[in-house]
Amino acid sequence: MSLTEQSATELLQLLNQGEISSVELTQSYLDQIEAKDSQIGAFLRIDAKAALARAADIDTRRQSGKPLGKLAGLPVAVKDVLCDTETKTTCASRMLENFRPPYDSTVVAKLKAADAVLIGRTNMDEFAMGGSTENSAFQITRNPWDLERAPGGSSGGAAACVAGGMAPLSIGTDTGGSIRQPAGLCGVVGLKPTYGRVSRYGLVAFASSLDQVGPLANTTEDAALLLETIAGHDPLDSTSLDVPVPEYTATINRPLEGLRIGVVREHFATGLDPEVESAVRDAIKVYESLGATVKEISLPHSKYAVATYYVIAPSEASSNLARYDGVHFGHRHSQLSVPDPTSNSLVEMYRCSRSEGFGPEVKRRIMLGAYALSAGYYDAYYLKALKVRRLIRQDFDTAFEQVDLIASPVTAEPAFKIGQLADDPLSMYLVDLYTVSANLAGLPGVSLPCGFSSSGLPIGLQLQAKPLAEETLLRGAHMYQKATDWQSRKLDQLK
Amino acid sequence: MAITRADVEKVARLARLRLSEDELTSLTNELSQIVTYVDQLAEVDTDAVEPMTHAIELHNVFADDVVRPSLPREQALANAPSHNDQAYLVPPVLGD
Amino acid sequence: MSDSYKTIIGLEVHVQLATNSKLFCRCSTQFGAEPNTQTCPVCIGMPGSLPVMNRTAYQLALKTAVAINCEIPAFTKWDRKQYFYPDLPKGYQISQFDLPMSANGYLEISDEKEGRFEPKRIGITRAHLEDDAGKSIHDEVHGKADSQIDLNRTGTPLLEIVSEPDLRSSAEARAYLEELKLLLEYIGVSDCNMQEGSLRCDANVNLHLETENGKVATPIVEIKNMNSFRAVERAIDYEAERQYRVWQETGQRIGEAPKQTRGWDDASGKTLPQRSKEESSDYRYFPDPDLVPVLSTPEQVAEVRAALGELPASCRSRLSADHGLSPYDANVLVNQGRALLDYFFTTAKTCNDFKTTCNWVTQHVLRILKEQETTIEEFAVSALQLAELITATADGQLPKSRSKDAFEMMCAEKIDVATAIDRLGIEQVDESALVALCQELLATNPKIVADVQAGKQQAVGSLIGQAKKKNPNVDPGRFRELCLELVAKM
Ligand SMILES: [Zn+2]
Repeated sequence: MSLTEQSATELLQLLNQGEISSVELTQSYLDQIEAKDSQIGAFLRIDAKAALARAADIDTRRQSGKPLGKLAGLPVAVKDVLCDTETKTTCASRMLENFRPPYDSTVVAKLKAADAVLIGRTNMDEFAMGGSTENSAFQITRNPWDLERAPGGSSGGAAACVAGGMAPLSIGTDTGGSIRQPAGLCGVVGLKPTYGRVSRYGLVAFASSLDQVGPLANTTEDAALLLETIAGHDPLDSTSLDVPVPEYTATINRPLEGLRIGVVREHFATGLDPEVESAVRDAIKVYESLGATVKEISLPHSKYAVATYYVIAPSEASSNLARYDGVHFGHRHSQLSVPDPTSNSLVEMYRCSRSEGFGPEVKRRIMLGAYALSAGYYDAYYLKALKVRRLIRQDFDTAFEQVDLIASPVTAEPAFKIGQLADDPLSMYLVDLYTVSANLAGLPGVSLPCGFSSSGLPIGLQLQAKPLAEETLLRGAHMYQKATDWQSRKLDQLK
Repeated sequence: MAITRADVEKVARLARLRLSEDELTSLTNELSQIVTYVDQLAEVDTDAVEPMTHAIELHNVFADDVVRPSLPREQALANAPSHNDQAYLVPPVLGD
Repeated sequence: MSDSYKTIIGLEVHVQLATNSKLFCRCSTQFGAEPNTQTCPVCIGMPGSLPVMNRTAYQLALKTAVAINCEIPAFTKWDRKQYFYPDLPKGYQISQFDLPMSANGYLEISDEKEGRFEPKRIGITRAHLEDDAGKSIHDEVHGKADSQIDLNRTGTPLLEIVSEPDLRSSAEARAYLEELKLLLEYIGVSDCNMQEGSLRCDANVNLHLETENGKVATPIVEIKNMNSFRAVERAIDYEAERQYRVWQETGQRIGEAPKQTRGWDDASGKTLPQRSKEESSDYRYFPDPDLVPVLSTPEQVAEVRAALGELPASCRSRLSADHGLSPYDANVLVNQGRALLDYFFTTAKTCNDFKTTCNWVTQHVLRILKEQETTIEEFAVSALQLAELITATADGQLPKSRSKDAFEMMCAEKIDVATAIDRLGIEQVDESALVALCQELLATNPKIVADVQAGKQQAVGSLIGQAKKKNPNVDPGRFRELCLELVAKM
């Protein structure tokens, strides 16, 4: 087995035992990227020299017996939405094509402190808005399982680089499913933590009350390792939770006897692909065989989740993206010819800069959000959505009195073809059906492979837990992975 | 609810976007579709429900009033499209 | 001016709270730094940055709200007020919309000069905490060169205090501002420096007219750019007259014209129309998801109230009720600010004579402070030294006639009263020496003796002058008494 086929946990062991060097490992991944990424397009930028220099530095420190961080020498890919002083942060947008932040996001700072080797910046939908990574202003990312298909999004690059063996660990962000959905479509593990579990400081905001940073990896254990590294209270983020971070990897092997799994009646309605349904139902049977009890539950307001989400997320986005006006950072319109004589040159500069800097999906959401917040519509749309949001959360509160985990599909269908949904925004939004609720309610959720379609595409299983129950979530996912062999079959198919 | 082209133009001005004729046309259709879908929220009874602004509801989060170093000016201005090493520059603001 | 209308005025005051760091980041709030040297990712609004509220800013805001008698709701939150402007880097101001941290307060005002208006209570609609914008420096000459943006001020904590439209004249408006400023200084929440922009005021003005068809109101005008209390007075007076003229010309009523914003031009003494920001009316307020609400209990509010210390209004009533000062004197003392009042109390309590202390402070101390353009903190004579002076005078150790000389010398040379008495050569004159001097002078001035015997007591006056020439330490009062006694015995 080559290095890049091993799990991060195994690689870390090899590094710690001195069996491999970080330079050697980093080089292996750089070779993979070199070989594959021209086809897949997972990375926006790679700085091989810097990555190798950092790996060499870690190797030197290891040899001289100096204390090293938790991920010492392990390559990690980062979605191009988290600020890092050593590279640009573009959010896959023309608007921030040249933006070089003067500060590190807390997550990047933690990765650096853990001595991870930040190997490259991954592609995404512009400003994390989208579910296919087709909204990147710079390139398309392809699904490693089928290059005609999308990897999902918005963390499409983050999922594809792990699925393609180009990074053992990667950091994504999830506002409505942007980690879990691409993880599901690319056959990797992706976890969205409880809102507030991981600092948002330095994460370029899409929808502040929904955004969370989380890990993507080949195995649940790897995801747990990465989550341990990036989680924790941050005084720079007012919405960060001030609670200790458990050592997830320590409890991940506890048996599942007595665990209560909920299956949501409303999740198996029409529109669910039969192959996806049967894979998910099979997975639930596996849980029963592991000693878990299964119970049918109801989330009566879940059918309103997408509508609620597509009011709240664009509303916040329209405000968060108001700062891109071509004055303090970002793209500015270059010619000051004034197309509209009724406007002054400053207003015209704003309007042109923003229209040139943002792509169509970003503009669509800004428009939708500005509309929902504007005079006369606030109560009917924004305020209404905030109230339905509470009902959705209350449904979960009731459900988690009866069960520990909720099992569901991640998406109704496996990976769709590139371009298939590009001209139909509403259908694209409906892909988020199973994932947006966790963001609205602030819950942790994980997506993990649970089978393959007849055409050989991975199918994802989603588990959700109550706030701060990542330990249960990771244990549930890990024990399932130990009991099944999707992981090894996955690798076989990829070859 | 159907959204008119005039609505779209008005919101575009509010959001400081300059949209082409084609964009105005397609956005009028797309936003109408999406808003019509969102209109289903009206059927939910939310009379006694408090709005939920945050995913996890915290309160009273403060920082101590202790001055920390600011950015060197050079770094603060480094990403600005136009500056004179001291200030950001923008086209003249008329009136106000 | 005309009696045919009433001027209706509401004031919006922005107070910069006296914190070290900004409201949502830890950049310094120090005034006067080089442009763009006090900024960070948060106050520049850089992608990814997040606000965290300054605890002290909130506490100062709460303290102020309690001091202006506001109700403090159990729950408050912060909202984004969205508009585009180059000095607003986030594209929104973090302010408070529907659930401000305080509401329904009041401030009592009275007329310092008396006779212009009756004491009254001015309602305060609300006071809320928000962040300040930066500064735009425009090309004043041509309006063609680029504007320059300095973000040092961006994010400075402001408390916006909105009054009810309860004010009826420029004099009342000024009294309100002065009383508010005094209160803010007493509780130490702001330096209230108008030149540095720590205190800013906008006024909403319109007129109520009595016509044959009943009461009519003119459209409301918001006046901005007033940089002193005097400017506020002048602008309101100008605006009331202007609105009356416009009313006579157009008959336009409230609702028939949109709310207008006008800027005060101090040089020409006029308000001039300002170009309104495009679509500024739709601010699309919504709760800021990056900040969390603040909850407070009645106990916490009570604690803040208890820690406020004595406020100006209660100082005034205490001085007149408990210490017998006239309301006028109490007002003069209290309006000088907390430091002078503390000085006064220290002196008065030490010498145990409030009235005499009041005379000294209002007549002499204030005069010298004004002459020397200095503050009570830097005044040469300490409160205890002034008390010693008053006591020495009362004891007769220092003749009343020489006490002012002693005080002037203490001011000029920064010495205590004993040293001043010494340097002035003041000695107490022995009673027998005084009697001898008296007898001597009566003997050499028979004409005066005759005048006094004829009932002209004031004739003794010229003897006092002679006595002082012979011995400057003679107490004129005692000398006069002795003379009269001796003449009576003749
Ligand atoms: Zn700052």
